[in-house]
Amino acid sequence: MSNIAALSPLDLSIAAFLVVFLALFSFRMNLGLGKQLIIAALRTTIQLLLIGLVLKAVFTYVHLGWITLMALIMLAAAGREVMSRQKRKFIGWWGFGVGTLSMSISSFCVTILALTVIIDISPWYKPQYAIPLLGMLLGNTMNGISIGLDRLTDSAWIRKTEIEGKLMLGYSWSDAIANIRRESIRSGLIPIVNAMSAAGIVSLPGMMTGQILAGNAPMDAVKYQILIMFLIAVGTGFGTIAAIWMGSRRLFDDRHRLRLDRLSGK
Amino acid sequence: MSVLTVENLSFQNFGPFNFSIEKSECIGITGASGAGKTLLLRAISDMDTHSGKILLNGIVSSEIPAPEWRTKVALLPAESAWWHETVGEHIKDIDHEWLKALSFDSSVINWHVSRLSTGERQRLSLLRLLSNKPDVLLLDEPTANLDAERTLQVENFIESYKSENRASIIWVGHNLEQLKKVSDQRYIIEKGSFKKREGASL
Repeated sequence: MSNIAALSPLDLSIAAFLVVFLALFSFRMNLGLGKQLIIAALRTTIQLLLIGLVLKAVFTYVHLGWITLMALIMLAAAGREVMSRQKRKFIGWWGFGVGTLSMSISSFCVTILALTVIIDISPWYKPQYAIPLLGMLLGNTMNGISIGLDRLTDSAWIRKTEIEGKLMLGYSWSDAIANIRRESIRSGLIPIVNAMSAAGIVSLPGMMTGQILAGNAPMDAVKYQILIMFLIAVGTGFGTIAAIWMGSRRLFDDRHRLRLDRLSGK
Repeated sequence: MSVLTVENLSFQNFGPFNFSIEKSECIGITGASGAGKTLLLRAISDMDTHSGKILLNGIVSSEIPAPEWRTKVALLPAESAWWHETVGEHIKDIDHEWLKALSFDSSVINWHVSRLSTGERQRLSLLRLLSNKPDVLLLDEPTANLDAERTLQVENFIESYKSENRASIIWVGHNLEQLKKVSDQRYIIEKGSFKKREGASL
């Protein structure tokens, strides 16, 4: 840890000034983004400072209970984020449930598998590993799921005539939405496939960059990054598939009727 | 026994509807726009939620899986949907006699859907629906976009399907002359309920 150059408040304020500059620019250009940009920057600052404090505490008092609590809070936040990114979300409990449930299944399974079998540390829930790992998985799975679900519900809304046309000809609900379901899963998975393709050539992934900045040997950082990429791909893939499955099922009732009334209109 | 029996069928603010249809019978339904004609057909094909009972040959709709129900009680919507590139991909077994009856030649299976006229789509969607061999046909303005000659062709085609398969038909339309010609009894939907008009008084 000692070989990383510490950042002073002044260093950070120079970067902050650049963000303010960008916000001013966007005001001038009428992008309608200036306010959001400032709020997002403030959120980043406050959230990250808070998590710094929390991590410090969790690293000091290592206990499975605390880590579980933190994992659940992270999950709930990710679930809310998925919901807020939907143009037309499911009404009621489902709006939060579809994304959160599928995210929890895939991210938690992959994280626990990685901690217990692949990384094999003791205790297996060692917070220095468990929390960043879960965070990266949740963050990426969240992206895949929110893109996929948004595509699913929006397509179902727009292509109602096509879906109902199929139902009228005797297609089952599953056959009637099969092509849209495929497209939605694909759109959720494309970002991670692109990230894996471009890794190392176009971009140096964030985690690896961090480790190298912290003074670790590049090859160690690379190996971890490969592991993380694979885990993210698996987590995002199965998470998105699960979410799209649940979501597409919810779009129909047991009489194979398209139930757009279960979505909130925009 | 009636082929299709509708008992206390209600949906949204419409109903209750009570009627039944025999084999080889056609009933005509008319009414102002927004009176619920299309919604009635959708409810009968179980595309929308509804209360009351619909029976096919004495079996209540909830006991037949919905996809099977819709191949037997088939709805032809006013606006047809197409999702593949060519016509042929949409229709499993094209009966070439049928194509001829609607004055298409066999090359139609290779036609691109995007180049079909509204009238062509309407006729081909009828053909697609009938290839499921339904017992009951729910037709929502099946000749709305057709000229006089094509209209007559479609009327004759539906008539011959009906007599060959002893099918029952509910025909929704605005053209009273046509309804008198094709249907055995006629109903009018007013203020969400159903009024039977006996004989030719419609």
